[in-house]
Amino acid sequence: MKIIADTGKCVGAGQCVLTEPMLFDQNEDDGTVIVLDDTPEGDLAAKAREAVLVCPSQALTLQE
Amino acid sequence: MTSLEFPLTREGPYAPPKAYAEIREGDPITRVNLPEGGQAWVVSRHEDARQVLNDRRFSSDRTNPDFPLMIKGARQFRRSDRPRAMISMDAPEHGEARRAVLGEFTVRRMEALRPRIHEIVDQQIDALLAGPNPGDLVETVSLAVPSLVICEMLGVPYDDHEFFQERTAKMLRRATSAEDRRAAADEVDAYIAELITRKEAAPPDDLLGRQIVKLREEGTYDHAALVTTGFLLLLAGHETTANMISLGTLALLENPDQLAAIKADPGKIPEAVEELLRYFTIVDLATARVCVEDASIGGVTIKAGEGVLVLGYAANRDPRAFENPDALDIERGARHHVAFGFGPHQCLGQNLARMELQIVFGTLFRRAPGLRLAAPVGELPFKDDAAIYGLYRLPVTW
Repeated sequence: MKIIADTGKCVGAGQCVLTEPMLFDQNEDDGTVIVLDDTPEGDLAAKAREAVLVCPSQALTLQE
Repeated sequence: MTSLEFPLTREGPYAPPKAYAEIREGDPITRVNLPEGGQAWVVSRHEDARQVLNDRRFSSDRTNPDFPLMIKGARQFRRSDRPRAMISMDAPEHGEARRAVLGEFTVRRMEALRPRIHEIVDQQIDALLAGPNPGDLVETVSLAVPSLVICEMLGVPYDDHEFFQERTAKMLRRATSAEDRRAAADEVDAYIAELITRKEAAPPDDLLGRQIVKLREEGTYDHAALVTTGFLLLLAGHETTANMISLGTLALLENPDQLAAIKADPGKIPEAVEELLRYFTIVDLATARVCVEDASIGGVTIKAGEGVLVLGYAANRDPRAFENPDALDIERGARHHVAFGFGPHQCLGQNLARMELQIVFGTLFRRAPGLRLAAPVGELPFKDDAAIYGLYRLPVTW
């Protein structure tokens, strides 16, 4: 699995960070997503799927 | 079939208007009548709601003459001389305005506020418990906590809270005439303009002060635009969370098994907060849009120039998205609700709201384990007449 984040679409809601701070952070200036680990495995992969589901701007996609 | 007259009244404190389920299960995208005359589409299913709210063909521009307004006379008293608020902008202008303040609302920034919010919550619960028993939760806790927090963040003197709380409440009551609503808005606007003018002389280290510094450095500082932003943040920052504190407390007291579950394991509180947000969806009709380019949603063609009301409360009770949706179940996993909206306009302060709610529920039931209602639910003053649902008072005893 690979996480792809489109920072142009990102609206900085922070839902991904709430889902899993091991995978996601936010740019402290404009709040947009920073992917900390783009190839999660196991439980973290499940968290990545949850983050995709709750992202309000559909800025996250997964390449399986 | 005659079209329904919107807005509709909730069936009770725990249920959406009856027609919502009929619309969602029968004709999920249908036309309804607006208070000012004319019609708009309503969108009631979870999937369709998320699609509309994340689609650029649906505009948030409240100055568009076709934008569906929920309040009679609102268009006539629109303040066309002021900059548009973020909630009324579209891309790319909206993204720029939102990003200018987003750094103040990141999850990390909110976490840094946690200890201070804890102090404020403790202080207000002290005040409740030291006051008359029974007491009113709304005044001492529900409204005071978010007001204190947003005042401190923005750098607004809390001593002025009665001034802006009264005017906000007036603006949110549907029965307030458009003229009175505009007068109340103008007063708050003038108050914030004066406050910002004072900050411009020597910008303090608060959200508004930091915006002045940052935007000046970028060469984009505009006094009137910051007044609009300050107005929006101040208003959005207290009434919404206040009503969720009151209603959430009520729902937990009315569902003792679920209250017991979070008392036994406070780790369940964040999930419980998501479920309470879904269950009440206190801001139901704020997610209105106007179609600016023909679009097909759920098999229905919506044409440019037509208004759309996304019924967040119908979507949050959609059985396709939430099993047994009319039951309160704090362990269901409700994070995909649309109580904060969806798409680029999803609530900017959502992580502040979450934190305030988590801390209040966690602290209140720990400090006052015997807390209970001091009046029958049927006699409580619910805000059936307001744009944001909630309670005017919540008498409790302990």
